[in-house]
Amino acid sequence: MIALLLPALAVVVTLLLALGLASVAAGPGRQGRLASRGSLLLCALGGLLAVVQLLSGAEASSLSLGIGLPGLPLHLALDGLSAAFMLLLMLTGAAAAAAALDDHGQYDSTAPFFPVFLGGMALTLLAADGFALVLGFEVMSLASFALVLTNHRDAEVRAAALLYIGMAGLGAMCLIPCMALLAVGADFTFAAMRTHPPEGWRALAVLVLVLVGAGSKAGLAPLHVWLPPAHAAAPGHVSALMSGAMTKIALYVLIRVLFDLCGPAQPMGWGAPLVLLGALGAVLGGLRANMEGDVKTVLASSTVEHIGLIAIGLGFALAARAADLPGLATLAFGGALLHALAHGMFKALLFLAAGATQHAAGTRRLDRLGGLIHGMPKTTALVLVGAAGLAALPPSAGFAGEWTLFQAVLAAPRLGGLGWQVLACVAAALMALAAALAASAAVRLIGVAYLGRPRTPRAAAATDPGQPMLAALAGLAGASLLVGLFPGAALRLLGPAVQQAVGTGVVGHVGWLTISPQADTAGYTAPALAVVLGLAGGLVYFIVRRWTVSGERRGPAWDCGFGDPPNWLPFGDPVTQYGGASFAQPLRRALATSLMQARETVDMPLPGETRPAHMKVRLRDPADQYLFALIGSWRSRVSHFADFMQFLTIRSTLAVMFCALLILMAAVAALEQL
Amino acid sequence: MSVVVALLAQLLHIGLMLLAAPLVVGLIRKVKARLLGRIGPPILQPWRDLARLARKQPVLAENASWVFSGAPAVAFTATLAAAALVPSFALGMTGAPLADLLVIAGLLTLARCALGLAGMDVGTAFGGIGSSREMMFAVFAEPALLLVIFTLSLLAGSTNLDAIAGALHDGALGLRVSLGLGLIAMLAIAIAENGRIPVDNPATHLELTMVHEAMVLEYSGRHLALIEAAAMLKLVVWLGLIACIFVPFAIAPAGAPATAWGLGLLGWVGKIGLLLLGLAGFETAIAKMRVFRVPEFLGIAVLFALLAVVFLFVSQGFA
Amino acid sequence: MGGHLAFGTFSYDAAHLLGGGVLVLSFVLLYQRRLTAVINTYALQAVVLSAAAAWQAWVQDAPHLYLTAGITLAAKGIAIPLGMHRIVRQLQVNRSLESALGIFPSMAIGVGLVTLSILVVLPVTPQAQTLTREELALALSVVLMGLLMMITRRTAMTQVLGFMSLENGLILAAVSVAGMPLVVELSVAVLVLLAFAVFGVFFFRIRDRFDSLHLDNLDRVGGMHR
Repeated sequence: MIALLLPALAVVVTLLLALGLASVAAGPGRQGRLASRGSLLLCALGGLLAVVQLLSGAEASSLSLGIGLPGLPLHLALDGLSAAFMLLLMLTGAAAAAAALDDHGQYDSTAPFFPVFLGGMALTLLAADGFALVLGFEVMSLASFALVLTNHRDAEVRAAALLYIGMAGLGAMCLIPCMALLAVGADFTFAAMRTHPPEGWRALAVLVLVLVGAGSKAGLAPLHVWLPPAHAAAPGHVSALMSGAMTKIALYVLIRVLFDLCGPAQPMGWGAPLVLLGALGAVLGGLRANMEGDVKTVLASSTVEHIGLIAIGLGFALAARAADLPGLATLAFGGALLHALAHGMFKALLFLAAGATQHAAGTRRLDRLGGLIHGMPKTTALVLVGAAGLAALPPSAGFAGEWTLFQAVLAAPRLGGLGWQVLACVAAALMALAAALAASAAVRLIGVAYLGRPRTPRAAAATDPGQPMLAALAGLAGASLLVGLFPGAALRLLGPAVQQAVGTGVVGHVGWLTISPQADTAGYTAPALAVVLGLAGGLVYFIVRRWTVSGERRGPAWDCGFGDPPNWLPFGDPVTQYGGASFAQPLRRALATSLMQARETVDMPLPGETRPAHMKVRLRDPADQYLFALIGSWRSRVSHFADFMQFLTIRSTLAVMFCALLILMAAVAALEQL
Repeated sequence: MSVVVALLAQLLHIGLMLLAAPLVVGLIRKVKARLLGRIGPPILQPWRDLARLARKQPVLAENASWVFSGAPAVAFTATLAAAALVPSFALGMTGAPLADLLVIAGLLTLARCALGLAGMDVGTAFGGIGSSREMMFAVFAEPALLLVIFTLSLLAGSTNLDAIAGALHDGALGLRVSLGLGLIAMLAIAIAENGRIPVDNPATHLELTMVHEAMVLEYSGRHLALIEAAAMLKLVVWLGLIACIFVPFAIAPAGAPATAWGLGLLGWVGKIGLLLLGLAGFETAIAKMRVFRVPEFLGIAVLFALLAVVFLFVSQGFA
Repeated sequence: MGGHLAFGTFSYDAAHLLGGGVLVLSFVLLYQRRLTAVINTYALQAVVLSAAAAWQAWVQDAPHLYLTAGITLAAKGIAIPLGMHRIVRQLQVNRSLESALGIFPSMAIGVGLVTLSILVVLPVTPQAQTLTREELALALSVVLMGLLMMITRRTAMTQVLGFMSLENGLILAAVSVAGMPLVVELSVAVLVLLAFAVFGVFFFRIRDRFDSLHLDNLDRVGGMHR
């Protein structure tokens, strides 16, 4: 029975890939429904298989398929690590597919690529050789590129997709040589790579290549620039999958290479770049989430932040494993994994809700939404559950993950050496900054988009989405609440992955109810905290019931005596309330002026002029400015040079060729001398 | 038997917190008034205010949603849970294993976020101004708080408040420059979190200078009573937190017989009394700062906390 | 008695805490924006320093340190601040400070300086007693912070205050090293008093000539203008 798990999952992957083709054949009108129903079914099945693998604690199994390049059969394997991420992928995938059932005729065009996207991600997880891994990764990249292009009539979407495919190309350019460097001769299987872990410059090259190749896909700073526009451009259920699952698949590749294939004998310093880049991304992402004016861009920026937090945990786990501190390594890796799971749940929930909101209110812009809680009460309630996770409020799933990560960082000074100690305390401060920024972003997102007064008639008339979407949202909210209330159990479930990555299980730290930083100290007991909150809530209810007057009256808002709005503004003048840009103002002035070069220019008309006053805010992501603009200028320099070379006179052309010949001969001569 | 004792201590502690919160605020107001040469309201005035608000029916704005009417209860509940976890006269209460500093910080964040959302719900300018500024203060206070927690966890080997207070109570750690620096940082955070002068003025009547008060401007009746009570409770939580970490004397250790509670209670009253006298004096002597000076004020708290950690690394690494 | 100092003993902790207090007040000096507040903070620093000296006198059983403490308290805790306040009143100096660097950046640099001095002092003095080493690190930090204040502040008054706060660091180093002769401390103290007098004369001269105590004016005289 257990032995059949891997073949069954392989069949699920094949069916997912085939479903894409089948839905093309199904013809317009029906293909959307076919793709989503099929994906839902297959994802549910795949998730079930992953849970069985995790619960049974079965050994890793592997499988060799006769297909592939000549002489290079595809190898598949299933172990704890891939099963943990498979569970996350399938849960998110099932929710996204269910949400896509609530189709308004607009998802037809996504139908062929959606199952293929899922299949590519699953293939990446099952891959047991370099070729299969790259194949799955690239199928995932290309399918998601096609999905990002769904609304290709919009110029912004095209720009986002172009940037995205460029970054995907960069990722492939790094991932393929990385696999080649890891390969033993012509043997690309992971089993062979494990026996010969890279050393010296090869190890360093592998580290850099995988950080760029997989890190760029995960949204690790400073290569995160593509992520907010691309995740915002895709349809709701696709961006849920991209943020909830695809970033985690990239992290899986990172973990697979750094923790598994490179072996445990790598130096401690390997963890440092992950910690530094993670802290950078956490702060930048958190700050951007407070600045952006588009619901989905806000969510995508917060994805950058959470990926940063997870990367910090992975970095410390790597260093702790090298320093032979199994307790710390387990805690850090467990925290990263738990937070990845939590983030996969609540971020997918928020993206799906953002898609529903866009459909209901006709826009994603914060300054055109508002007051949705009245028309979309169910969606808003579910979004609040997700936002609690985003803001890491106890006892949500996000809090459990971040608590464990914080414990790992607080214990990290044990790594020894002033460098690591200072790194740990700086990382802790930046993580706290990022967490507080996330809380602020969550309040801003909910407060501006869902609370307050509607800013447009369309927002005033928004209604809750249909049953399938609500079911998907409720499912994700339920899963996220479960993870939040029983993080110990969730981590126990993911235990095989921790065991495999850092070599020690979670059993010493993690009970079914409690997570402890050390085996015999007090920890975080989420159910007990929930009970305390429940008792306190009961006490408050009793006090309110017993000692206060019941009932309430309604009246116009006090608003410090601000006058009643005119009759032609039934909801009051919507611009007198705080919008996205105004909520961001304190943080923009205090932090973004230095970190994101925020500049405000106010255009105030003179007395007597009738034109309105304007305030413009300009923001730049430093990664965009210092990295991408630089690369852009290099690119144009190269193209100018090529342009110049093309129109040389014949004598110059000959001279160039002659010089090239001479240089090559000199090189050959020099090599002969060596 | 000890389970019953611990539970009894816990229940007494919660009752003490609920009773003391309005008294502490009343006492601060009284002391401030006396320092300014006024007689000031009676010390029991906050109690009477709460009772008065409880007797009034709240008026909700026409477009207020359930978030608006639910937020005060959530804020008060979260603050009460935090208050239950910060020990006052005895260690080793039933809630002690839960009393993790990060959890307490999380509960206070929960309360803040609930009120921040409530400030946005009616859709008025003042609610928004209060919410956005309150969230900004938290952004700068949180790193400082975490660095203080970092120092404490390095010293005591745990983030559990009971374990930390126990370790400091035993005196094995001695006086440390790190603790002194951490105390300065913690005082600054407490002032910012509770909206005291110079960060915010709880008694202001000019809307543009309000932060916390602007956020809850639309509230009335029992909702306002809950919010006011939550703010009072929060002040006691922070004072208690500072008292049990930085002045760890006279608290009854875990497992001590109930007879030791009397001394613990006296000690707690003394410590809180001293702290609130200091707070009242400080507030009288200083003027409120501009909102955009607050990040700097809290940034300096971050630096002090960072310095505390650095000193700790040094004394542990080289001594 | 000094040889028995170790972590956890009360005499060690108190000495350490007083030294830390002097350092914290150096930070407070950097934070202040008003001239009178800077002067008061300086006086407070001198008071804490004299307490540290007196404590060391008791711990090291060295009566001459009581003299140091007394001089510090009388001269720097009382006399110089009073004189400064008088100058401020007489010259009607602009009481708000101008800083070449923002408050927060200069504080952040201050934290960096403290870390640096710890990293420099501790490894090069492995054979000294723990107390002495840490106190030396604190004292060096106070000296560097004084220098930082002289660099980042634009008026002559604050430069002098920075200089004298720097000198507080020297005294702190002197009192914490057991066996430092009184002559050294006295000469340093006299030097500072002299310097104060000289600066006082200078203030009046600068003020007479430029109507301001702003140092940019001196750049013009020195031919440094751009």
